[in-house]
Amino acid sequence: MTADPVLVLGGKSDIGLALAHRFAAAGHPIQLAARDAAALAADKADIELRHGVTVTLHELDILATESFAAFLDSLPALPGTAVCVVGLLGDQAKSEADAEAATLTFRSNFEGPALLTGLIANRFEQRGSGTLVGISSVAGERGRASNYVYGSAKAGYTAFLSGLRNRLAKKGVQVLTVLPGFVATRMTAGMDLPAKLTAQPAEVAGAVFKAVGAGRNVLYVKPVWWAIMTIIRAIPERIFKGMSI
Amino acid sequence: MMISGWGRYPRQDCVVHSPRSEADLRGLVERGPAIARGNGRGYGDCAQQPANTVSMLKLNRMLAFDADTGLLVVEAGVLLAEVIDAFLPRGWFPPVTPGTKFVTLGGMVAADVHGKNHHRDGSFGRFVAWLDLLDGTGEVRRCSAQSDPELFAATIGGMGLTGVILRVAFHLQRVESGWIRQTTLPAPDLDTAMRLFEDHADVPYSVAWIDCLAGGRSLGRSAIMLGEHAVAADLPEALRMAPFRTPRRKLRNVPFDAPAGLLNGLTVRAFNAVYYRRQVMKRGLQLVDWDSYFYPLDALGQWNRIYGGRGLLQFQCALPLASARAGLAELLAAISASGQGSFLAVLKRLGGLPGGTFSFPLDGYTLALDFPVSAKVLALMERLDAIVLAHGGRFYLAKDSRMSAATLRASDRRVPQFLALRQAEGAAAFASSQSERLEL
Repeated sequence: MTADPVLVLGGKSDIGLALAHRFAAAGHPIQLAARDAAALAADKADIELRHGVTVTLHELDILATESFAAFLDSLPALPGTAVCVVGLLGDQAKSEADAEAATLTFRSNFEGPALLTGLIANRFEQRGSGTLVGISSVAGERGRASNYVYGSAKAGYTAFLSGLRNRLAKKGVQVLTVLPGFVATRMTAGMDLPAKLTAQPAEVAGAVFKAVGAGRNVLYVKPVWWAIMTIIRAIPERIFKGMSI
Repeated sequence: MMISGWGRYPRQDCVVHSPRSEADLRGLVERGPAIARGNGRGYGDCAQQPANTVSMLKLNRMLAFDADTGLLVVEAGVLLAEVIDAFLPRGWFPPVTPGTKFVTLGGMVAADVHGKNHHRDGSFGRFVAWLDLLDGTGEVRRCSAQSDPELFAATIGGMGLTGVILRVAFHLQRVESGWIRQTTLPAPDLDTAMRLFEDHADVPYSVAWIDCLAGGRSLGRSAIMLGEHAVAADLPEALRMAPFRTPRRKLRNVPFDAPAGLLNGLTVRAFNAVYYRRQVMKRGLQLVDWDSYFYPLDALGQWNRIYGGRGLLQFQCALPLASARAGLAELLAAISASGQGSFLAVLKRLGGLPGGTFSFPLDGYTLALDFPVSAKVLALMERLDAIVLAHGGRFYLAKDSRMSAATLRASDRRVPQFLALRQAEGAAAFASSQSERLEL
């Protein structure tokens, strides 16, 4: 059995690596893309040894949007599934004061991921098959004082994925939006996260793998986050603006 | 955070770091007294240090494998279970395995673990080709029998006190199937049990479950379980098609701490009597899957909770061959007289192959016992210590949680040599609660 290759954009992140392992365990060759991809040599060996699949490493700078077409051309094969895990939490206070910091957050979470996902979508559409997975965030569901720069970029990405899904629904291409909630990763290390609301990277990967197989559209990794965000979205703005959550 | 070993005694509030890179790890070690921690399967306080416990679980990649020689290179935080998952389907199995697969490779080296094949193949360290060790100066040294041989030998069984083990290169053994040919032999008393071990010295795997509440003529009543890897020809045709596909066991968890006193003399006596009869009935040859054979307790997640909230104490000693018979009889008589039944009591013949500088095994017999923590049991263990010392035996540091520094010195003449090496290597930066208690 030869399974379709799976492309992981943001292969250095904990969620990206967990996804690579999960798909490799099901026999998929893996294409890991990240900045300074050579640093992933040990992870490549690890995935190959554990799962007996081929892993290729690919250089990708999510801010270098002009390089995306060449990047896709350089892949050994157009993947069956592409997962975009790229993101940057950024520093809200810094982004409020410094346009450059805010721009970096916008570009890393929205511009780059959306343009690259869109380019892959076009190739999947042309082929008539493929699965696009975008890791967005519950932070994009409603802007909050504590992280609205990051949140608004993720909101943009969520809307972009939703539009892609609408466009490609009849073209044989699945688009899955993933809203992980809190995840125990390098990005959140040192934060005091509530255990019941926090997923492990492997849990995110397992849920995504299952949702891809089931042809799902939107995935809340921990279902409790769907309930939380439904309530948060329902709070009237005149009350919401006075809250600190 | 509150952590403990597998015995859940003692529990300590420790600062635990989980570095993801060698650079992070080096920074942590520079902060002073540090001890590496694997998957927390050592029973006592060997992998905890209130100021600076360094979890190795995030440094867990497999790095290289040579299919001609079976040499596998892994980072220290890789679990033995992961190695089996990845390599048994390709016809490879660990050369030595302890009684749980949920140990890290770094921990296996640090404790120089032994398995049911110790009498024939020795301990795990014998299969280690080289190690990368982060030493007290922050330098990474690749140690082997050729390069830095003293540090290499002291790290095998050195309980993490020579440095932090980063990477382990070790040899897997070839197997033809995931099945074990098991033969169970009943032994109505200690002499029979020991004779059976000696008679079957050429069988790869052997271990005895021993009923340590049986006294009088039945003292040492046990069931000896012999095993060897089944070759393809041993398998019925249905299994020969896929010799590595064994049934996946369902993991059940112990959901809460058992009430204190559940495991008392009465219940353990009843269990042991029934278990002995069951083993005797199963006598003869059977095919058993690798998971059930090597890791019967792994199917019961958090089984340590059946000993109640206060935790469990494990007592494991090794007695030299010459004094083993007398020492074992005295130990079993003391336990039987105390009425403090051990639910899991295991007797095993150890071989004479050399291990690390400070490794536990010696040519003779080892006895391992579990008890729920109580004042009576702690007092019993003091008596058992004295019996072991009187017969020239020693204790397994991976199981210890309460021994005194004086007892260790009385049992092990190698202490000064180990201390001297630690000093020469500037390894004072590595210290666990256990090493502080034992003044190592």
